[in-house]
Amino acid sequence: MKNFVINPVLNKEFKLRFRSFKSFLGILFYLLALGLIIVGFVFIESLSNTTGFFKPDQSRTIFIMLSFLQLALILFITPGLTAGVISSERERQTLNILLTTTQSSASIVLSKLISSLSYLLLLIVASLPLYSFVFLFGGISPGQVLITISFYMFTMLVFGSLGVLFSTLIRKTIVSMVTTYGVTLFLAGGTAFLTIIFMQFANRYGYSATPSTNPLPYFTAMLNPAIILFSTFEPDFIRELTTNTGIKFPLWISYLISYTVIFIAAILLSIKKLRPNMKKG
Amino acid sequence: MIEIIDLSKRYGNFTALNSLNLQIEKGSVFGFVGQNGAGKSTTFSILATLLAPTSGTAYINGYNIQKEPKMVRRQLGYMPDFFGVYDQLKAIEYLHFYGASYGIPLAEREKLIPQLLDLVNLAHKKDSYVDLLSRGMKQRLCLARSLIHDPEVLILDEPASGLDPRARVEMREILKELKNMGKTILISSHILPELAEMCDTIGIIDQGKLVAEGSVTEIQAQLKGERLIIVKTYRDIEKGVSFFEDDPNVSKLKIGDEEQTLRFVYKGSDQEQSVLLKKAIINDIAITSFSEIETDLEDVFMEITKGVELS
Ligand SMILES: Nc1ncnc2c1ncn2[C@@H]1O[C@H](COP(=O)(O)OP(=O)(O)O)[C@@H](O)[C@H]1O
Ligand SMILES: [Mg+2]
Repeated sequence: MKNFVINPVLNKEFKLRFRSFKSFLGILFYLLALGLIIVGFVFIESLSNTTGFFKPDQSRTIFIMLSFLQLALILFITPGLTAGVISSERERQTLNILLTTTQSSASIVLSKLISSLSYLLLLIVASLPLYSFVFLFGGISPGQVLITISFYMFTMLVFGSLGVLFSTLIRKTIVSMVTTYGVTLFLAGGTAFLTIIFMQFANRYGYSATPSTNPLPYFTAMLNPAIILFSTFEPDFIRELTTNTGIKFPLWISYLISYTVIFIAAILLSIKKLRPNMKKG
Repeated sequence: MIEIIDLSKRYGNFTALNSLNLQIEKGSVFGFVGQNGAGKSTTFSILATLLAPTSGTAYINGYNIQKEPKMVRRQLGYMPDFFGVYDQLKAIEYLHFYGASYGIPLAEREKLIPQLLDLVNLAHKKDSYVDLLSRGMKQRLCLARSLIHDPEVLILDEPASGLDPRARVEMREILKELKNMGKTILISSHILPELAEMCDTIGIIDQGKLVAEGSVTEIQAQLKGERLIIVKTYRDIEKGVSFFEDDPNVSKLKIGDEEQTLRFVYKGSDQEQSVLLKKAIINDIAITSFSEIETDLEDVFMEITKGVELS
């Protein structure tokens, strides 16, 4: 573990990333944008609000809105941060030298993943003070905030591992980016779309004499981070899914399991493919 | 020590490396010469565990490149022909990064890195950003980098290419120093004279095959107009053998694979060669043909010595 903390790749990437002024500008603009959205929302709400007071359910609405905004941001930024970590070194001809050092492939892959996500993590941590309205006006428990942050970190790791995988397998960064965005789009949007379609089927057949169940939407829903995030706010939301599919196993646990499997597979494959298999040419 | 056994690499139908065999003793400097595309970098990449061979194998200090790649990496300092550097990293940080990548503790690196920078004459540039250094300086920095874990074996892929004459001389001085430190060095170039001075042995590679190997003087003798001659007779080949053997310009005489033929290396002039043929006929050697073989070697030599004066 000590070896990992003082890992040279991690160390260098931190140095390079936080040395550049761009990184700080990025954080600044991000916080400004989020702040503006909150202020704008509060402003509009107070216009339409006869009492002129800000109420807990409005604070809750802001929280949910911000949470989805951050999720969208994570899904949008993660591929960009990770899908080039290996391939760009290959393109800049620095990978060969790195691979001839005695550093293990696992250490290179993991530190690349962590260092590329650290910036995103910093964005999220930096935005935490903006959530203070939750504590001021109520409507959401601090526990819910904690759950949301943990959910982000987990989701980030999984999508990041996909980016690292494609970056390892594909020579060109641009192709790796497109692939990673494609897969991300499918997992974040495609699965939601499929869930809706499959639900329609279930509804149609639901009118037959014997109440039939269709398990399909469950399996697409469990892969969708937005549905999972929403279900943490509105447990009622998945009740329909449970009755339609007949599967009572908690959806978020299925998400954890399936995404953990994806994460481990992506990381192991990246580690295996980083260096050539010297035994077969 | 480097041992290469029957090493081949194919890309689809194209054979980049064709059954290469080579043995480089500990502490010696081996120059690997061949024109562009001959297979030098392919060989080096395989030795550096960056590319899997199609067949054959190699050992670095007794460690097999396929079975113990991690041990090989520890033995080996590798400098690729083309390489990039991280921007926004200073020369000293660059060396620290790779030092750490070999697991060298910070305290040790802090002692080691100034010495390495001194060795490659870059002490004054330690705080410069790497991407702003000149090509020659980058090349030297990369050489320092390849030495950071004190490897016994160095594999340097055209370290002097693309350098101006002054930078080239500077590089050569550093390499001499490394040789004196007792490193086993495998170094490549597409120009023979560039290596001649500093190598103990030269190997010439062409189209993935080792076509000549020997000391610099041996190779240069071949360069200075030796030719391979094949003589066919219709009887009494032994008589021919004893006749040609007596000529001082003839060496390496062998009975050929075909019946009644013999071959030898001849280093006399054209006139001497014509006299030799006349004498052979007078001496009643039953010659049916007397011909000079165009060796591939000659073309290769032409390429690798093109435009440079031999010293
Ligand atoms: N990845 C590859 N795919 C196909 N051919 C290759 C590849 N890499 C190298 N080659 C070919 O193999 C030959 C040897 O290349 P190389 O070892 O780089 O030569 P050298 O270093 O001696 O100039 C060249 O003809 C080159 O075109
Ligand atoms: Mg080359």
